[in-house]
Amino acid sequence: MAPYDLAASLGPVAYALVFGAIGIGFGAALEMGGFGDTRKLAGQFYFKDMTVLKVMFTGIAVAAVLVAFATSFGLLDMSRVFVNPTYLWPGILGGLIMGVGFVIGGFCPGTSLVAASTLKIDGMVFLLGALLGVWLFGETVGSFQPFWLSSYMGRFTLPDWLGLPVGVTVLLVVVMALALFWAGDLAQQHFGEGKPWNEVRRVPGRGTLAFAGALVAASLVLVGHGQPTPEAKFALLGPEVRRSVEERGIFVDPAEVVALRKDIGVKVVILDLRDETEFNLFHVGDSRRISLAELETSARLKTLLDQSPSTVTFLIGNGEAAAFTAWKHLIAQGVPNLYVIDGGINRWLERYPVDACVAERVGAADGRDGQAWRFLYATGSSQPAAWPELPVSRSFRSPCAAPEGEAHAGANHAARSWPAYAYTKRVKLKSKAAVKGGCG
Amino acid sequence: MNTNQQPRPYVNPYVAGTLLGVVLFASIFVTGGGLGASAAMSRVQTGVLDLFAPGHVDRVAYFAEMAGGTRNPWAHYAIYMLVGTILGGFVSGLVNRRVKLETRKGPRISVPARLGFALLGGAIMGYGARMARGCTSGQALSGGAVLSAGSWAFALAIFASAYAVAWFFRRLWN
Repeated sequence: MAPYDLAASLGPVAYALVFGAIGIGFGAALEMGGFGDTRKLAGQFYFKDMTVLKVMFTGIAVAAVLVAFATSFGLLDMSRVFVNPTYLWPGILGGLIMGVGFVIGGFCPGTSLVAASTLKIDGMVFLLGALLGVWLFGETVGSFQPFWLSSYMGRFTLPDWLGLPVGVTVLLVVVMALALFWAGDLAQQHFGEGKPWNEVRRVPGRGTLAFAGALVAASLVLVGHGQPTPEAKFALLGPEVRRSVEERGIFVDPAEVVALRKDIGVKVVILDLRDETEFNLFHVGDSRRISLAELETSARLKTLLDQSPSTVTFLIGNGEAAAFTAWKHLIAQGVPNLYVIDGGINRWLERYPVDACVAERVGAADGRDGQAWRFLYATGSSQPAAWPELPVSRSFRSPCAAPEGEAHAGANHAARSWPAYAYTKRVKLKSKAAVKGGCG
Repeated sequence: MNTNQQPRPYVNPYVAGTLLGVVLFASIFVTGGGLGASAAMSRVQTGVLDLFAPGHVDRVAYFAEMAGGTRNPWAHYAIYMLVGTILGGFVSGLVNRRVKLETRKGPRISVPARLGFALLGGAIMGYGARMARGCTSGQALSGGAVLSAGSWAFALAIFASAYAVAWFFRRLWN
C-alpha cells in the first residue's frame, strides 16, 4: 500500500529521478498558472489579480480530496504520510514575516524558482535574497531556539481540532475555497477591471460552476463513504505485519520486559487494558490503566505517535485477546515500537508469583482473557512481583509474615531472587520512516 | 529565447490549480511527502557555505544537521525536487514562449529599485520560511492538503500579513 519506501526499494539514480519528475510537474504547474510573473503574484494583494488565491487553494482542495479518497478506499496509508508537525507560534510568526517578504519581493521561494528558470532577473535576484535569508536564519536560530521549538503540538490536524470526520473537514475546506474564489472574483472585477460594484458579474461561468460542483460532489462522496475503521486499516497492512503476528514476533515474554526495564537506554511504557478492579488487585509497577476507546482518542494517540524512538510500549491484559485487539488498532494507526506482553498478567504472575497468602491460582495462564489468579485483597503494585527488576528483599513488606513488632527478621520477604528465564528476544527498536515534506 | 511570436496566455487558474493538486497528490501518494522549495534552498546555501567554511558549518547546529562532518547536503530528495522544479518551469516557459531575459516590475519603479526590493524581499522570505519550517509550498500547500492545523494557521498568517502591509508598498506595484 502507498506510500512507498523509495529509499529502500530504488537505486540512488531512480530515487533522484522520481523526485526530479515530481519537481518537473510542480514547476510546470506553477509556470502555467502564471507564477513566474511577479506582477500576477503581487496583484493578489491589491485585489487586481486573484490567480495566486485560485491556483493555490484549488491545488490544496484538489489534493485534499484526492488524498482523502485514497485513504478512504484503502489505497493510501495515512499513518505513513508526512503531516507537517504544528509549531503554532513559530509558524504564525514565520507566516507574518513571509507576508511582508511576499509584498516587498513579489515572490515566494517556489515561485521564484520558476521565475528564475524562465530568465526573469527579478526572480534570480529574489532567489539570491532567499539564500541570504536562510543563511541568516541558520546563523541566528541558536539565539532563540526555545521560541523556535515552542508550542509544539505534533501531528495535529484540522479533523483533530474540530472533532469532525475527515470527509466533513474536506467538504468544509472545499466550500471555504469556493467561497473565497467567488468573493475574490467580485473583488478582481471591481479593483482589477474597474467595473463599478453594480456591474460586477455575480454568477460565475458555466465551466467554473461545473468544476465547483464536481469538487463538492467528490467531497460529499467522502462524507458518505467515511474513512476505514482500524480493523479495515489493519487488514490492509502489508504481509510483513501479518507474518510477524503469525510468528508471534509481537508477543514479548515478561522476562524480556523485565530486562528492558533494567535497560537505561530504553523507556518502557506499559498500558494495562483491564478494568479498574482487576488493575487494583494487581498491576505491573509503573503501568497505566487505559481502555482501548480512550487510547484511540486523538490526544492519546498523538502522545503514542510522538514518543521518542527509544520508547517501547507494551499492552497487557489478563491474557492476550484484548491486548492483541488493541495492538491491531494502534498498529494500523502507525504507533511505532508497540508489543503485547506474552500471556498477559496471567503469564506474568506465573513467572513472578505473589505469595500464597495474597492470591491463589484458579486457572491456567493459557493466553485467554480470564483471571488465572484470585486475589484475596487489592495489592496494586505493592508486591515484589510488580517490580521484578528490583531486589526482592528491599522495601517490600510481606503480608504473609507475622505482624510488625513480632520477630522483626521475618517482616520482610526473604532475600530471594527471581529465576533467570530464557526468552526469545522480540523487541526491535525502530524509528518512524523519515519521510519529510520538501520544506520540512 | 527571443522569438517574434507573442507568449501564449496563462491557463485558467482553476486548471493550473487542479494540475498542481494532482502533482501534489502524486507526490504524497508515491513518496509520502508533499512538495517544497525552501528546504532545498537551505541545503544549497549550506552546501555552498560548506565549500568555504566547513569548520563553521560543523559548529553551527542548524548547518551541521545538513552538512556537518561527512554529511552531504546535496544528496537529498529536496535538491532533486528543486532541480526538477527549475526544469519544469523552464520547459513550460519554453513551450509557451515565455522564456525571456527580462525584469518584471510595477509601472512606477526603476529596474535597480525593483531588484533591490527583490533581494530584500527574498531575504525576508527566506528567513520567515525557515522560521515557519516551510514555505508557501512546503507548509501551506503540502500541509494544507493533509489538513495540518499548523499549516492552515501559517497560510492564514501569510495572507493576513501581506494584505496588512500591501498598502504601504503600493508604489512598488501600482
